[in-house]
Amino acid sequence: MPAIQSPGTEEIHPDVALVARAKDGDTAAFEQLVRQYERQVFRVALHITQNREDAEDITQDAFLKAYEKLGQFQGNSKFSTWLVRIAVNESLMRLRKRKTSKTVSMDEDVQTEEGSIPRDFAEWRPNPEQLYNQSEMGDILRKTIQGLPPGFRTVFTLRDIENLSTEETAEALGLSVPAVKSRLLRARLQLRERLSRYFRQKKEGQTA
Amino acid sequence: MNCTDLLSQLGDYLDGQLSEELRAEVRSHTAECEHCRVVLNTTHQTIEIYKGRELYEVSPELRDRLHNAIMAKCLKK
Repeated sequence: MPAIQSPGTEEIHPDVALVARAKDGDTAAFEQLVRQYERQVFRVALHITQNREDAEDITQDAFLKAYEKLGQFQGNSKFSTWLVRIAVNESLMRLRKRKTSKTVSMDEDVQTEEGSIPRDFAEWRPNPEQLYNQSEMGDILRKTIQGLPPGFRTVFTLRDIENLSTEETAEALGLSVPAVKSRLLRARLQLRERLSRYFRQKKEGQTA
Repeated sequence: MNCTDLLSQLGDYLDGQLSEELRAEVRSHTAECEHCRVVLNTTHQTIEIYKGRELYEVSPELRDRLHNAIMAKCLKK
């Protein structure tokens, strides 16, 4: 006979026990959570702010906030999603302060359809992985994603790089699922368009 | 299904969240329409090329520094 479980309850995530211990003041449990997610939080902050120093500060601040607010964490979402949400908010706040970008809210920059309508219709041949070595490829991918407006960059980072589900991404960004889907598609299409400049099929007599 | 319909379903198609019926419509449209076929293929490649790639390496030194700074900040409270 299984323990009391509501029908269809998923397996309990191992973080739940760690969070409960951390709430009771077990700093070793909190440190374990830090260890698990410090790199992810740093990467997310770096993707959004594009600045290593800012990303380091944000990572520290996000964990401090999580530590202080741990008592308020209800466990309705995953701890990692809750943490990423804190990190995203801190990152966007930092962008606003820096004002190096014209558009720093999750909304302002997504009003336009610009760049989301496909214009390049050439296959990528040969396979891009054969055209560039790992380090060149890394440079191209970084440069390309940096060119996206922050609202699109953030959705793409969470969903397609950090592999959060659509629902988790929605929760981390405070958006509805349809809004995440629509932004994600436009982000993917914009990246495709930009990458096509590097990867498009080389036609005879034309240097790509 | 026309090109505009395809574009609006593209995200769900790529994430494997379309019904079999709509998937079939996507396939039959892309069999006829070269532009949509290219857009679908290259958008799929875009996702694959970024998937799980660590674009920003976190060196062990950076990780130690970050970790110690986080713990120092939190435990000071």
